[in-house]
Amino acid sequence: MELQVKPLAMAVMVMSAVSTFAIPNAVADHHGAMVKKGKEIAEDRKKGNCFACHQYAGAVLPGNIGPPLVAMKARFPDKAKLRAQIYDATAKNPHTSMPPFGKYGALTDEEVDAITEWAYTL
Amino acid sequence: MKKIVITALTACLAMGASAVYASQADDIQSVRSYFKKKFPKVPFDDYAIGAYSLNADKRINWEGIREFPPFEDQVAHGEELWNKKFANGNSFATCFGDDVSQVRNRFPHWNARDKKVETLEGNIIQCQQANGEKPFKLKKGDIAHLSAYIASQANGQTINVVVPDDPDAQAAYEDGKHHFYAKRGQLNFSCADCHVYNSGMNARGNLLSPVMGHTTHFPVWRGSWARKDKKGDGFGTLHRRYGGCNKQVRAKPFKAQGKEYSNLEFFHASMSNGMKIEAPDYRE
Repeated sequence: MELQVKPLAMAVMVMSAVSTFAIPNAVADHHGAMVKKGKEIAEDRKKGNCFACHQYAGAVLPGNIGPPLVAMKARFPDKAKLRAQIYDATAKNPHTSMPPFGKYGALTDEEVDAITEWAYTL
Repeated sequence: MKKIVITALTACLAMGASAVYASQADDIQSVRSYFKKKFPKVPFDDYAIGAYSLNADKRINWEGIREFPPFEDQVAHGEELWNKKFANGNSFATCFGDDVSQVRNRFPHWNARDKKVETLEGNIIQCQQANGEKPFKLKKGDIAHLSAYIASQANGQTINVVVPDDPDAQAAYEDGKHHFYAKRGQLNFSCADCHVYNSGMNARGNLLSPVMGHTTHFPVWRGSWARKDKKGDGFGTLHRRYGGCNKQVRAKPFKAQGKEYSNLEFFHASMSNGMKIEAPDYRE
């Protein structure tokens, strides 16, 4: 997998240098847009409101009820597990204070996807 | 024979009145030891000032505001309401007794005849209705001003909520306790999530207060309520605060002075047993 990804990444770099209309560049743009959207949802008080409880780089007046959002790739090698935690943290720990954002419909599936992509950059 | 029966009955009643409901005593003890372990340096009496017992900077701000309390005019208005005669010549003293200092600390209590928890604010409304007066609104304004005045006259008295030896009273207490510990709302928070397990932590810039000591200072004058009010009146009753907490976790609030919040108050106020009334007070 690693070997396949690297040439692809290289191709993206090369092609984006060549043409802004190339498809792989659109994929990269799409990912960037997801991360941006995820950050917006995460910081919307009526949506994720993540920094009510979590610290992360750039968070203004964050809370400290939950653990800080750092080294997310190392802590969640499997991105699906991070998504599952955002979707319904009570599945792993029924006593958690973290709201089951996806399960109780505070966020849509797409919004959970976007926050996952953003959180994965932290 | 008749005499013996009466004597035995009297003895039973006396025992019933003096017996402490074991579950309530256990709950108070376990909450106290929980916080003693969690915040070993905080003296017991300091819990009466809420979250300010846990943060020196916030405490300094709070002390500064108390030097010139923003709520004095409204407490004076409460005193006027207490002294005002109803159209029929009665007044609140007709319902509560002439000594205003002996009112706050009788609530909440169990009314065995009507089989329900009575609260100070609930009985204010009941008094108005019994005298043909138009009742106050339930959560803020006049009801909070009058309640604040009555509470201020009881300052320094020790809270002692009694759950009598009566299965219905105990069921009401257990219902309130269940409300406190049950997860609710779209955000799935229990009262205990913030005010037991995460007390002392920050939700954004807000320091979460311990449950112990919550009811010593109600009704409260809150900065966040004052900013919302056209006249800058920050007063609200305990049940207004319950409603606000429920809304914050996206649960539908119950009716102020209804059964749910009155039972919750029965449990919640018990957690401040042994602490002194210091009301009204300012909160962020």
